[in-house]
Amino acid sequence: MKTKIGTVQYESERVEAFADEIRNVPGCEELRSCIQCGTCSGVCPLSIYMDYSPRQIIGMVRSGLKDKVLRSRTIWLCASCYACAVECPKKIRITDIMYQLKQRAIRERIYPRFFPIPVLAQEFNKMARSRGRVTENVLAAVMFLKTTWWSAFGMWRLGLGLVMRGRFPFHLESIKRKDELKRMLKTVDDVTSNTLHASGRRPFKPIREGSK
Amino acid sequence: MTTYSYFPGCSLKGTGRAYEESLLPVLRALDVELEELDDWNCCGATAYMAVDEVRACVIASRNLALAERTGHKELIAPCNACYLVLNKTEHYMRESPSVNGVIQNALKEAGLASSGNLPVRHPLDVLVNTVGLDAVRRRVRRSLKGLKVAPYYGCQIVRPYSTFDDQFNPTTMDRLLEALGCTVVTFPLKTRCCGGSLTGTLPEAGLHCSHVILKEALRRGADVIATVCPLCQFNLDSYHDKIAAKWGATRIPTVYFTQLMGLAFGMNERELGLHRGFIPMKPLETSSPE
Repeated sequence: MKTKIGTVQYESERVEAFADEIRNVPGCEELRSCIQCGTCSGVCPLSIYMDYSPRQIIGMVRSGLKDKVLRSRTIWLCASCYACAVECPKKIRITDIMYQLKQRAIRERIYPRFFPIPVLAQEFNKMARSRGRVTENVLAAVMFLKTTWWSAFGMWRLGLGLVMRGRFPFHLESIKRKDELKRMLKTVDDVTSNTLHASGRRPFKPIREGSK
Repeated sequence: MTTYSYFPGCSLKGTGRAYEESLLPVLRALDVELEELDDWNCCGATAYMAVDEVRACVIASRNLALAERTGHKELIAPCNACYLVLNKTEHYMRESPSVNGVIQNALKEAGLASSGNLPVRHPLDVLVNTVGLDAVRRRVRRSLKGLKVAPYYGCQIVRPYSTFDDQFNPTTMDRLLEALGCTVVTFPLKTRCCGGSLTGTLPEAGLHCSHVILKEALRRGADVIATVCPLCQFNLDSYHDKIAAKWGATRIPTVYFTQLMGLAFGMNERELGLHRGFIPMKPLETSSPE
């Protein structure tokens, strides 16, 4: 994937408030202090697969290029290994910024079609909320069904291998006091985390669009 | 006998059950008892954080509160992701009044409370820094002399909140493996990302991360890779056919560090869950010429 060096960016593409919205989220405060040194891009084990390097993403967030940032593959490729965050000379918690960008892309329903990563995140979320625990094989199956279902055929050997080794649970795990967890999450909906996140944050709803 | 609260996490009850099967008897042999947290729930891992960080902290905080209620002084989380998320939640509870407010409010609804100060520790930390290497050495019944091991820590055990070891060149497991008699090979990729969930969602990128680690371990002359995380073990062990098809064979077994400890303590291979790996470890006789 080629980087977009030299592409003209128009003033009209900028959403000026974007940088401040991100900066107001706990953990993302240091965004403005980036010196664009590129250490994050250098240590990132996945940057070779990204369309924009982490350094570029930080620069673009700061410039308010919201649409480009939220549509990028980069934010989804971050595997949360925190190598950039601990190496950053300005102590910017880049991983937390990436989390925040993922959340926004999901909320605004902007992500590439057939892209399994946000679908997995949401299905994981749904299962953790409703059952209290995650059963990995069921989660993987649901993800494949909702995205690139044909690639699940390539997984039969792995599935069979897990069954033979007793690592393939045949029942859905769940906690006893599911209502307790639900009530706890309900209080968060009631607070409407607008106090935490500056711009129009809606209560979470599972999203299916974008996965078809 | 010391007792700790124990948060197994979803993987240790599913694909990573060999970790629990080896962890519990090994700790018991060293007079450490783990008491599983009653009705613990999913920590949220990296996936929940990607959808909603505050709610992720809320569900994680329920476990912290349940652990505080048991009265045990510390909570043990053997999975790197659980370990990170629980620590991260406590970090937010201490550092961000706004997040802490939401968490406390939610906990109150469930009749729970958490101070955010309960130490959440990884068993590797407990084994080396509390139990001690001398106690481990004394318990060894069958030295693993001659077994060359690549110590692979993965990312989330040392980054970003852990303080028990260096963030790029940790040595805790190296010292533990040496106490078992193993030869620890120099392994510069010990904290490089294994690909995490990308091995399933975006194999071209995720599997490459795993491949690089496997290839380097072989190049360094290791017989086996030792891990401290169920997802690392899964990624490095379960995708060999796909990795071989793309980049060439890199056949090397990956086991939990607790399984190697169990072997050194003279425990039975099957009881330690060693039959659950895709790439089997060579029987010890051939790897240790004694």
